[in-house]
Amino acid sequence: MCKLNTKELSQINEIKKHYKYPQASLIEVLKIVQENRGWISDFMVKEIAYILDISSCEVDSVATFYSQIFRKPVGRNIVRYCDSVVCFLNGYLSIKKALKKTLKISLGQTTKDFRYTLLPTCCLGACDQGPVLMINKDLICHVKVAMIPKILDIYK
Amino acid sequence: MKNIKLNPETHPLTWRLNSVISPIWIHEYIKKKGYQAVLKTLKNFEPNEIIQLVIQSGLKGRGGAGFPTGVKWNLMSNNKLKKSRYLICNADEMEPGTYKDRFLLENLPHQLIEGMIIAAFALNVKYGYIFLRGDYYTAEKNLNRALSEAKNSGYLGDYICKSNFSFHLFLHTGAGRYICGEETALINSLEGKRANPRYKPPFPAISGLWGKPTCINNVETLSNIPSIILYGNTWYHSLSQSVDTGTKLLGFSGLVKKAGLWELPLGITAREIFEKYSGGMRSGYILKAWQPGGAGTSFLINKHLDVKMDFISLQEIGSRLGTGLSMAIDTSVNMISLLINLETFFARESCGFCTPCRDGLPWVVKILKKLERKHGSLDDIKLLEEISENLGPGKTFCAHAPGAVSPLKSAIKYFRTEFEAGTILFPKYFQNILV
Ligand code: SF4
Ligand code: FES
Repeated sequence: MCKLNTKELSQINEIKKHYKYPQASLIEVLKIVQENRGWISDFMVKEIAYILDISSCEVDSVATFYSQIFRKPVGRNIVRYCDSVVCFLNGYLSIKKALKKTLKISLGQTTKDFRYTLLPTCCLGACDQGPVLMINKDLICHVKVAMIPKILDIYK
Repeated sequence: MKNIKLNPETHPLTWRLNSVISPIWIHEYIKKKGYQAVLKTLKNFEPNEIIQLVIQSGLKGRGGAGFPTGVKWNLMSNNKLKKSRYLICNADEMEPGTYKDRFLLENLPHQLIEGMIIAAFALNVKYGYIFLRGDYYTAEKNLNRALSEAKNSGYLGDYICKSNFSFHLFLHTGAGRYICGEETALINSLEGKRANPRYKPPFPAISGLWGKPTCINNVETLSNIPSIILYGNTWYHSLSQSVDTGTKLLGFSGLVKKAGLWELPLGITAREIFEKYSGGMRSGYILKAWQPGGAGTSFLINKHLDVKMDFISLQEIGSRLGTGLSMAIDTSVNMISLLINLETFFARESCGFCTPCRDGLPWVVKILKKLERKHGSLDDIKLLEEISENLGPGKTFCAHAPGAVSPLKSAIKYFRTEFEAGTILFPKYFQNILV
């Protein structure tokens, strides 16, 4: 029944070794599957439940709890701006406005061409260099409104 | 950190860094006294002696709560019944305004690993986890490299440095929820569940990960251990300028001239950090209020700048040291808007398990937004005070809600006029009065 591919399965088997019980690898497994497929579909919830021998309700409850797991399709590039307090003082509101304007989408939405998804995030631990953006795995500090179109353009 | 001369005796956490800050990998780490504390521990000490040393050092947890580390370790050692036990490093730094653990994780991963090996030896632990915040990708990369370096050099795995002691350390990355920083929620998350906090007691030292005795310490706490072993607790006491011992990563952010973090003695005044290290406010800006150690600490004002930055002194003036990374708020910022930002964060990050927090915090945001639109009433301020009481310590399942309302309570205390300016009846000319 298992539809996970061999690469995913071998990554999952490797990660399972780190824990006494397979359920403990659930979050890592969700991340592995998401890395390969972009998001976690209902079908994948069932597959993961099967492979870890837990209920699909349990998998779903975890998948919906954490902000880095997506239960609907997202763009190729995840654009997140820090909306926490120091970035507030450093002017994240104008960054957010500029992002929305440039991408022509609202928060939580994805552009029609599936190139970008826009999300807020908690403090990224770079408050001394704010305002801060994170695009995929890149931390971008000292962001200025004028730089935004150029920064976005790097991510195809 | 450029304006400080770093040396091992005064800057145990950061002296290994070079002027251009980059990760210290194993060769350089070993060259700079790295892993000597592990060798000394395995050769000269019994586990209990290490615990006693850490108790006497007076080291308090650097994650925010400030619980004495040695005492926490002792709770574990008192529980001799169970064979499997775990050590977890809490590296889920997500407190708004805090950027210290990321700095240590990215640049000095071996120092943390060394601290964990010694802790594991003292606590008789064979398996440990570093619970790393999912968004700290550089830290993840650097830790992975450091872990394999340590393994290949015989500092991790079976029979460490040819002794009888074995310790296996794994990196576990989270998936993004602030509440994972709460230690029992962290355990649930590590077990692959939603990060809802657990009822205490039993404390993790009795029943933690998979029901086994578990010790959870913050990154900065564990990073302090190697130098305590090398130089002893008298030295550790001498580092500080207060009754709380040791150094601490302290800093200022916000619209100051030079935001950053520095390793400084505990007990240094906030004014010294603010003026000398951060250079005071940027020109054109005036300090109005500050939070000493992250989003969950109570606001303080100008007159408090002479407080000593340590656990006890800040408690005495009604705030907390928290994570020690302070944030300066200038007079152009309206406290209501700032609080909307803070409380929206806490409402969003509530785990949703208990009603007062899940429903109370969005309610606070709603009232604040009403005040921001100048549609509030004096009763709304009273209501905010009441809700703050009902979400205070002991009223909710974990400390998330009390942390969320402490900035609110202190803001009402120091900036009541700004709240009153949000009420319909209040005359317009009062609206711009700033303290
Ligand atoms: S206080 Fe908030 S975070 Fe803590 S258990 Fe209750 S709902 Fe969850
Ligand atoms: S508040 Fe934005 S990085 Fe910390």
